[in-house]
Amino acid sequence: MQLIFEKSVPGQRGFLNSRSDVDVAVAFPAELARAEDCPLPELSELEVVRHYTNLSKYNFSIDTHFYPLGSCTMKYNPKFCEEIAQLPEFTQLHPLLPQLRHGDQFVQGALEVLYELEKWMCEMTGMDAITMQPLAGAHGELTGVMMMAAYHKARGNDKRYIIVPDSAHGTNPATARIAGYETIAIPSDANGVMDLEKLKECITDEVAGLMLTCPNTHGLFNSDIDKIAEMIHAVDGIMYYDGANLNAILGRCRPGDIGFDVMHINTHKTFTTPHGGGGPGAGPVGVTEKLTPYLPVSRVIQKEDGAYALKYDYPDTIGYIASFYGNFGILLRAYAYILLLGEEGLRAVSDHAVLNANYIKECLKGIYHLPFDRRCMHEVVFSAKNQAERGMHALDIAKFLIDQGFHPPTVYFPLTVKESIMIEPTETESKATIDAFIEAMMAADQLSRSAPEQAHQFPATTPVTRPDEVKAARDLNTSYFQKTA
Amino acid sequence: MIPYIANTEQEVEKMLARIGVASIDDLFADIRNRHRPKSFRFPAGLSEFEVISTLRAAASRNKSGLISFLGGGYYDHYVPAAVNAVISRGEFYTAYTPYQPEVAQGTLQALYEFQSSICALTGMEAANASLYDGGTALYEAAMMAVRINGRSKIVMDGGVSPIYRKILRTYTTNLNYEFAETPVTHGHSDRDEIIRQLDKDTAAIILQNPNFFGAMDDHADIVTRAHELGVLVIESVYPIALGLMKTPGEMGADIVTGEGQSLGLPLNFGGPYLGFMATRKKYIRKMPGRIVGETVDENGKRCFVNTLQAREQHIRREKATSNICTNVSLCALRALVFMSLMGKQGFKELSTLNFEKAEYTRQRLESIDGVEVKRSAPTFNEFTILLPLAADCVVERMIDKGFAAGFPLGRYYPGMEDYMIVAVTEKRTRREIDAYVTALETTLNELSKETAACS
Repeated sequence: MQLIFEKSVPGQRGFLNSRSDVDVAVAFPAELARAEDCPLPELSELEVVRHYTNLSKYNFSIDTHFYPLGSCTMKYNPKFCEEIAQLPEFTQLHPLLPQLRHGDQFVQGALEVLYELEKWMCEMTGMDAITMQPLAGAHGELTGVMMMAAYHKARGNDKRYIIVPDSAHGTNPATARIAGYETIAIPSDANGVMDLEKLKECITDEVAGLMLTCPNTHGLFNSDIDKIAEMIHAVDGIMYYDGANLNAILGRCRPGDIGFDVMHINTHKTFTTPHGGGGPGAGPVGVTEKLTPYLPVSRVIQKEDGAYALKYDYPDTIGYIASFYGNFGILLRAYAYILLLGEEGLRAVSDHAVLNANYIKECLKGIYHLPFDRRCMHEVVFSAKNQAERGMHALDIAKFLIDQGFHPPTVYFPLTVKESIMIEPTETESKATIDAFIEAMMAADQLSRSAPEQAHQFPATTPVTRPDEVKAARDLNTSYFQKTA
Repeated sequence: MIPYIANTEQEVEKMLARIGVASIDDLFADIRNRHRPKSFRFPAGLSEFEVISTLRAAASRNKSGLISFLGGGYYDHYVPAAVNAVISRGEFYTAYTPYQPEVAQGTLQALYEFQSSICALTGMEAANASLYDGGTALYEAAMMAVRINGRSKIVMDGGVSPIYRKILRTYTTNLNYEFAETPVTHGHSDRDEIIRQLDKDTAAIILQNPNFFGAMDDHADIVTRAHELGVLVIESVYPIALGLMKTPGEMGADIVTGEGQSLGLPLNFGGPYLGFMATRKKYIRKMPGRIVGETVDENGKRCFVNTLQAREQHIRREKATSNICTNVSLCALRALVFMSLMGKQGFKELSTLNFEKAEYTRQRLESIDGVEVKRSAPTFNEFTILLPLAADCVVERMIDKGFAAGFPLGRYYPGMEDYMIVAVTEKRTRREIDAYVTALETTLNELSKETAACS
C-alpha cells in the first residue's frame, strides 16, 4: 500500500483546530523558528481513517486469527477491560497531581487501584511487596536485577555473575549485562530442564543470583526448583523468577513459596492486557521481605485512616526507575481482569492453558519430533528436524500455516532445540480451533513428504510474500524522508 | 465457567482421554505437593456490570474536572476522535510484535510511517519504532552515546527534567559513569559552565528544549563546541513545540529523545506513554529498540520488516544494545494517527495556539501585583513565575477553586519554593485563562491575610 506521505494532497486537512480566542502581539521568535514547516502528510479525516483501517487488515491478530505464538501468550483480550481503561476520571488524571502539596487526596481512586492490584498480585505470587512501576517485562527484569545488586552492596557481597539457563529469553542475559553483571549460561539436561550438575560446578561466592523462567521456555516445570533455590541461597545468591510463564501455574504454585526472592510479571501474558503490536506492556516486580527495602520509589501505602498515599521516604531504595507510577492504563486493565475472573476463573486460566497444550502435544507427537517427551505445561516445543531433512524447515511450516489461516507458532526459539516450533494455544481457544490447527500442522508434515519442493512457495495468500531481509539491512531505508545508509 | 474459556466439560473429557490422563490435576504432576501454594484466596468472580460499578466508584474518588495549567513535561492536549477509532481496531491492538512480516504489514508499515514522522518532527535522519517513555528514552540515549564514543562522563544540564535526571542516576548506579550537572539561572542554562564541563572524557551533554522551566534555546553553539571535543549532543524535546521551533536536527544534535504523550495520548496518571528516539544515519547501528526498514518481497513488491535485529536481545542476548523487547507500538500508532490528522498546517496551527495562549496567560499574570514572570529567554507554552509566598500553598488553595494552577518547583529545586511553572495548552480558553488569573489574584490576597495559611 502507498505510504500516507505518498497520499498527501497539499491543502487537505484532517482536523480543525479551535480558532484562537486570544490576541497577542508577540510573534514566535524568528531566530528560534524552524526553517520549514514540519512535513507531515495532508489528508482529510476520511483519508487518514481509511488508510489505517486498510493497513490494519494486513495484520493477523487475536481478534481475527488463532495466534499460538509460543512464549507470548496470545490469549483473548476481553473488550470489557478496554472499556474500563477509558474511564475519563482515570485517563485525564495528571501524574503530577499527587506531587502537589497534600496531593494524594486528589488521586485516591488511582492509588486504590494500584494498592489493591499489588495486594492481589502478592496473593497470586507469594511475594511480600510489588512495585507497579516497571513499564514492560524487560524493564521489570532490570529493576529486579538492580535490587539484587543493591542487596549485595548492602551486605558487602562481592558478586560478579548471574546464572542464566541457555533456554532463557534473550532479555535475561541482556538485562544482567546492562545491570553490570557477567552471565554464565547453563545447558539443559536430557529432560529439558537446567542441568543440575553443571549448575553445581558454576556456583561460587561470586554468583549474585540466578534468573529462571519456570516453567521454562521448553514448557517444562522443574521439580528440583527448591534444590536449586537452596544451592543459590547457600552462597547468598538471589533467585529471580522470570514471570513470563506465570500463566501456567496460577493456583498451583507460587514463586514466593518455592524459594524465589524477586520476580516480574508480564501483564500482557497472565493478565491479558493487549499486546498492541508490541506494547505498551507493564512489568510489575515482586520481592520477598529480603529485598523490600530496595524497591524503587514511590510506593503506594494505606494510612491508618484508610486513605492511600505515595511514600518516597525509603533510605535503601534503588531510586526512580520510571517517571511515575507505572503504565497505569495497562495496570487498570489487569485489575479489572482479576476482579472479573475471581479465584475460580484464575485457576481455570492455568488449567485450560495446560490442558490445551498437552492435547496438542499428544495429537502431534509422532508426527513432529518431540525433544522432551513428557508432560508439558502451557506450551509445547517440537522440532521440525525430520521435516527439515525432507526440505521443509520450521520457517516453511510457519509460512504454510499462514496460508491455512493461522498465525505461526514461535519458530527457532528456544535456541536449545534445532528447528524448534513452540506452540502456546492459551486457555481461550476452542477445541474446534485447536483441532483445525492440528490438522494444518499435519498437512504441513504431509507436504514435506509429498511435495517438499513446494516448501518455499508459502505464503501466497498474504499482501506480500517473503521479504528480502538482507536487502533491508544492506540498503537501509528507515524513513520516507531520508534514505539511510 | 468464565466466558473467556471455550472448552465444555464434554470436550475436556475428550481431551483428557486423548492425552491419557484422568484429570486436569494429573497434568500438573511435575509440581510436587511441596511446591503447592501456601495460599491462593480471591473473591468470586464478578460480572462486567459489578466490576464497572466498583471501578466507577474508585474513579469518582479522583479529583476530576480541574482546569489544568499543570505541565512539567505532560500536557492536557485534545485527542481527536479519529485517533481512538483507529487504534481500537482489534487487528492493531490484539496483534503482537511483527515477527512474521507477511501477516504484520499493517503494524510494520505504520511503524515505518511513525519513524518517518519522528524524523520530520525532529529534523533527524533515522528514528526507532519507540521506547517506553521520555525518561527511559533519555537513559537509553546516554547509554547509546557511551557505546558510540566509549567515554564515561555525562554532563546534564539542570534544565533537563529533574525526574529524568533521577532516572538516569538510578540506572547507572552500578556502572562507572561520572555525572556532572550544570546549574540553571532564572530558567536558563549556564552556557559557560556547560562548556567548561565538556572535555575529551565526556561522552555526551544532555540538554532539554524547551527546558523544564519552559525556556527555548538555540543550542547550536554548544553543539559546535561539543563536536570539537568529540562529545555527542543529546536533546530531549517536546514534540508540540517542534511545530514552530528550530529542530534539534537543525541545531546539529546527535541523538534526540522525547516524551510523545502530547501526540494524542491521554495523561492516564503516568502511562502508558511514548518514548521516541532519533539520530543521525551514521549512528543507527548503535541505536536501541526496534527499527523497521523498507525492502521488497520475492515479487519485488515494497514491504517492511524489522531490521538490524542483530542489535537486539533476542538475537544478541548479553551483547545486545539494550534489553528492550516490548516497546510501545500502539502508542506510536496513536502518535502517528494524531500527526497524520494534524498534517503540515494543522500541526503548525496547534503549535501556534499553544504558544499564543501561553503568551496571553503570561501577560495577564504579569499584571498581578506580586507575581513576577521569571524568564531570560523566550518560552513556548510553559513558563516560570515567582510568587510572593510558597507556591505549594497557592497551588493547593487553587485546587479548591477548580484549577490545577501549575507545578511548584520547590519539590525538585530546593530554594525555589516560591516558584512554579505554568503550562497552557490549546485547550485553555480565554475565559478559563481570565478566570484562572482572577482566582490566583484572589488566592494570593486570601493567603497574605491568613497568618496560618500554610499549615
